[in-house]
Amino acid sequence: MADDRTFFNEMLDDAGGARSPYSRLATWLEDKPANFLTKKSRDAEMVFRRLGITFAVYGAQEATERLIPFDPIPRIISASEWRRLSAGIDQRVRALNAFMHDIYHRQEILRAGRIPADLILQNEAFLPEMAGFTPARKVYAHIIGTDLVRVSENEFYVLEDNTRTPSGVSYMMENRETMMRLFPELFQTHRVAPVEQYPELLRRTLESVAPDPSKSAQTIVLLTPGIYNSAYFEHAFLADSMGVELVEGRDLFVDAGKVFMRTTREPEQVDVIYRRIDDAFLDPLTFNPDSMLGVPGLFDAYRAGNVTICNAPGTGIADDKAIYAYVPDIIEFYTGQKPILKNVPTWNCSRADDLAYVLDNLEKIVVKEVHGSGGYGMLIGPTASKREIAEFRKVLEATPSNYIAQPTLALSACPTHVASGVAPRHVDLRPFVLIGDQVRITPGGLTRVALKKGSLVVNSSQGGGTKDTWVLED
Amino acid sequence: MLGRTASSLFWMSRYHERAQNVARLLEVAYRGAMMSHRGQEHGTHWTFALTCSGCDADFSEKYDELNIRNVTVFLMFSKENPVSVRNSLELARNNARAVRTGITAELWEAINTTWIEFIEVNPQTITQERLPDFLAWVNQRAHLFRGALLNTILRDDGYFFSQMGNFVERTDNTARILNTQYWALLPDSDIVDDGSMERYQWSAILRALSGRRSYRFAYPNARLKAFNIAEFLILRKEMPRSLAHCYNWIADTAEELAQFYSSREPSLDLAKEIASGLSEKQMREIYHDGLHDFLTDFIGKNNQFALQLSKDYNFA
Repeated sequence: MADDRTFFNEMLDDAGGARSPYSRLATWLEDKPANFLTKKSRDAEMVFRRLGITFAVYGAQEATERLIPFDPIPRIISASEWRRLSAGIDQRVRALNAFMHDIYHRQEILRAGRIPADLILQNEAFLPEMAGFTPARKVYAHIIGTDLVRVSENEFYVLEDNTRTPSGVSYMMENRETMMRLFPELFQTHRVAPVEQYPELLRRTLESVAPDPSKSAQTIVLLTPGIYNSAYFEHAFLADSMGVELVEGRDLFVDAGKVFMRTTREPEQVDVIYRRIDDAFLDPLTFNPDSMLGVPGLFDAYRAGNVTICNAPGTGIADDKAIYAYVPDIIEFYTGQKPILKNVPTWNCSRADDLAYVLDNLEKIVVKEVHGSGGYGMLIGPTASKREIAEFRKVLEATPSNYIAQPTLALSACPTHVASGVAPRHVDLRPFVLIGDQVRITPGGLTRVALKKGSLVVNSSQGGGTKDTWVLED
Repeated sequence: MLGRTASSLFWMSRYHERAQNVARLLEVAYRGAMMSHRGQEHGTHWTFALTCSGCDADFSEKYDELNIRNVTVFLMFSKENPVSVRNSLELARNNARAVRTGITAELWEAINTTWIEFIEVNPQTITQERLPDFLAWVNQRAHLFRGALLNTILRDDGYFFSQMGNFVERTDNTARILNTQYWALLPDSDIVDDGSMERYQWSAILRALSGRRSYRFAYPNARLKAFNIAEFLILRKEMPRSLAHCYNWIADTAEELAQFYSSREPSLDLAKEIASGLSEKQMREIYHDGLHDFLTDFIGKNNQFALQLSKDYNFA
């Protein structure tokens, strides 16, 4: 699987012919002049910059707002491929929510010995404060971004479940808008499933989990850490397109167990908070006392059932990298079915046997920090230098329980605009799932692309770009 | 509307107005320095710009030499100068960004593009020759901001708060310029010869407040006179930067806000009191009671109004 020469090319088959979802696009690409895409890319970049569709880069001193490079060639998924993917995602998100309800209540799965109890109870992402509390409709993670990679015609793997505060959905929508502006003719020759309904569905999902769903009008807010957060654009975008207030912690206060926002007039009671700040910062009285971002007393108001927080506190346990290896068991335990989507085989470095194997094979595999994200703190064996491997080995030996390891997957590649023309580059896929009164999966998602030749790292913080993702309708 | 949103709209406009005012002061100083004046040192013009924008002390702490390069960098580009155009534009944009959902796309694009283009400018390239064009560009961008705001924003509470920010800053700026130069506007300084220091000062004050031409229409004989200039900038309602004009606008806006929310707040009474105080005043009385005291008192009242407004509407 690790051999880069044998990756799956999503557009072209081994004979160099276009696969069926891409047939029209391949023809269209053929008769375009050499600088056509370059010019279109530039147009797109100007639009993004003017609209302020930027993300912040941590650690950079000047000009901390950057554009995520946008690739103008769409990634295409057929209707039948999508049906299978969405069935797999549906199964997975239902199982993860059932799992969270269980571990915060009777802990049947621990009693049954399917997961070592310590892995849950000693886990930083497990919030004892949530024990015994049942959120509306028993939903914990209302918004999930499932990271998928494709390795062959019919093989998709789930890489991560992102059950905390997944981001990127605004790019899914803005990329589509931009594509419709750049290439209207392509939308006439392809039946692309729309994504523009996402904010409305998000709003409906949030309303469906309000403490009192019978109320005629629910006051929903989006809680952001503020303008310096890397995903601030997305927070503003979603609040705007849902028609809800974008609030910071200081705009909210708790009085008599209820949450209110400070308006220019009377305080207004809040029913649902779509929060885009981490658990630890939600409420300085319950969690991190130094948090300036949260709302004192919020957690008590939540436990009293007067406000719904989405996603619920404590959902990090479901996308913890150490728990990841057990997700197939979790699916079987709660649904009684075999998982539709595969898990990447995972070595848990806290286990002596696994660690020994990992240390022997560092140059072939990927090692990730259990609590890391965004492509930081990881080793990609096949592309790392001898020195990087040697240095990583020391860190790994010192704190093995901080790491998991996986085989290097040959991520599929899609045609991408590069300096020399069009060339295959590796991609992943993050579809966005909403869970409330029903499970809603928007057809498409965010395709991230590693723009450097041969690179497997798609994170925007590490030089990755994005593409519009088309799910074709039958 | 969130109290913080109201506050951000207020400050977005306020900082934008400030950026334009400081750029205009630099323009006036540049113009003065380019023309040779009898008996004057070059430094006078630069001092005028620094004093009027209230950062002369900060400047002397950081620089030894008063020259075009240092003053330009300090007033336009410096991160250390709280009132530099750069800092005002950044704060204006940060406030706009905080209320992205509450302003129009046109307004956001005007603010965002100004900021993006401004920070791409290397201060080293703004030489003496390029300074006038650059200042004209800053000025045009400020007009674009205000035009986009007036043409696209809904006439609801958000609009009212943005107007308050704009005019509280503008009237403060006018009052401060007059107050730092009040000695040149005392009636006995009318007896001056044509090439005098005062004559230059009068002209600079009018230019700094975009009133050089309109003054000539307001006072048909067009002669520069301390009494008329002071009256023009303090009491004449048709002058868009006069204290009277600004407070009429503020009082009208406060009235509209009270109607919008169907409730009368103390800030409305304060605005009306200040506005009627100005419309009943004669220039002669102001001179009689002391110009300097009058202006100092006015600046205090204006601050008090802004504070009351932020209390009445829960600015965060």
